[in-house]
Amino acid sequence: MFAPFMVNAWIVATLVAIVAGAVGFFVVLRGSAFVAHAIPNGSFAGAAGATLLGVNVLFGLGVCSLGGALGISALTKRGRSDVATALTLAFLLALGALFLSLGGGYAPAVYSLLFGEVLGISVSQLVPTVVLCLVSLAALALIYRPLLLNSALPESAPSSRVELAFLLVIALATTMTVPVVGTTLIFSLLIGPAATARAFVSRPGVAILVAICIALVIVWVAIGASYLSGWPVGFFVGSLSAVAYATGRAYSALASR
Amino acid sequence: MHGFFASPAVQLGAGIGAAVAIVAATLGVFTVIRSQAFAGESMGDIGTAGGAGAYLLSVGPVLGFAAATTAAAAIMELLGVQRARGRDLVTGVVLGAGFALSALLLYVATTDNTTSGTTSTVMFGSLFALRSSDLALTLSLAAIALGVTLALFRPLLLASTDTDLAAAQGLPLRLLGFAYLLALAIAVALAALTVGSILSTALLVGPAATALKLTDRPLRAVVYASVIGIGAVWLGLVLAYDSYDWPPAHHGWPASFFIVALVLCAYLAGGGWRRWADRRAA
Repeated sequence: MFAPFMVNAWIVATLVAIVAGAVGFFVVLRGSAFVAHAIPNGSFAGAAGATLLGVNVLFGLGVCSLGGALGISALTKRGRSDVATALTLAFLLALGALFLSLGGGYAPAVYSLLFGEVLGISVSQLVPTVVLCLVSLAALALIYRPLLLNSALPESAPSSRVELAFLLVIALATTMTVPVVGTTLIFSLLIGPAATARAFVSRPGVAILVAICIALVIVWVAIGASYLSGWPVGFFVGSLSAVAYATGRAYSALASR
Repeated sequence: MHGFFASPAVQLGAGIGAAVAIVAATLGVFTVIRSQAFAGESMGDIGTAGGAGAYLLSVGPVLGFAAATTAAAAIMELLGVQRARGRDLVTGVVLGAGFALSALLLYVATTDNTTSGTTSTVMFGSLFALRSSDLALTLSLAAIALGVTLALFRPLLLASTDTDLAAAQGLPLRLLGFAYLLALAIAVALAALTVGSILSTALLVGPAATALKLTDRPLRAVVYASVIGIGAVWLGLVLAYDSYDWPPAHHGWPASFFIVALVLCAYLAGGGWRRWADRRAA
């Protein structure tokens, strides 16, 4: 489980959990679960396009997650935000389907893009992931106070710039996390730990730390279990997140009684 | 081109596609009014698990999609998706758990037979691959969803637009909400069959949102949305058929891509028309 070829997986998964826990806190606070689902999922188009053109997958993911964030932001100005998010996402996914089809549609490759491939992380992927992780954490620290204010009191502190900046942070986090846990399961990692943490603590700083800890435990257990069983890591991340959330809800139900 | 209309696969695809477009458009109008696009999107994604499960059990995809989306509707209802506060979070957690299940089932399905395109077919749909044995079940599900929605049209509309007034009139809000979720589950399952589980939202939300830009009257919006939906599906089929001669691969572009792209174009055009009309009225 800790063989040399697994070391990169552990490092990347740890970074992913830290970023997902921190970003996830704001996703939950703002109730923007749909956007957190749409940007990573839409970035699938980028990965499929990059595979088709033979360029670095991280580049394709970056282009499409940033494009998704900007598209959602632009369409939201002119209509309902959930419709804007749904249509941006559907279009990106359809583009992904087209790229896949043009590239011959190799099924296992699609699968690992969507649900993650922990074993396939090379050293050349490690460096950009570490850089992106630091950049997205720095960006989050930079907008921390205005974002917190805007999230907690959206009516009295409205700001479309903060909103866009947050979408871009999600896009950055997406770009680095997709190759590890897959486009679909980052979402569980963004929502589950942070929602659980909020059930236990309410102070923002503490809640972020708790969310990161829960995310770390989920990712580590998921990788270990995936390695031992041969089942997809995404299955474990998704179900452990759901279990964590159920525990959190049970705790708040008991505490409020 | 004349070979296009003679092909039985195309006729079946066009027929089922039109029925699905009408159901999706009708439910879509309520989905847009109630701002529950995320619930529709989640059901579509959870439908992936059903599609993969149906493949493993060798039953028809319609049954798998419908079973998974109906189960998702029931769980969302149990966890309290009706309350607007925290609704996205509950939807999201159900979605995450659904993804986990999809990951496992697709994993089993793809390792079972590595050359199969199960993942692609389930997620991105294949209107040309429908079997005529699916027809009866598909049409009866469509009729049920449409019948329930039209029978509850007025109370559901009131409950969706003005909750307080609906409650004051003594309407059973929770029951109406659940009936809507179940009808939505069927509509999403049918849309998943047409354009694939993860693209079903486009057919659900796109035509309805476009129609609501063109008119403010709900029943008229349902009619417009149906027309837009059918137009997108049929034109998408024609283009997909035509694309067999297109570069680069000469094996055809996916129909789902054309359908979703057409839906997005319609939405953008609808928004443009609305702004132009508003400016002229002002």
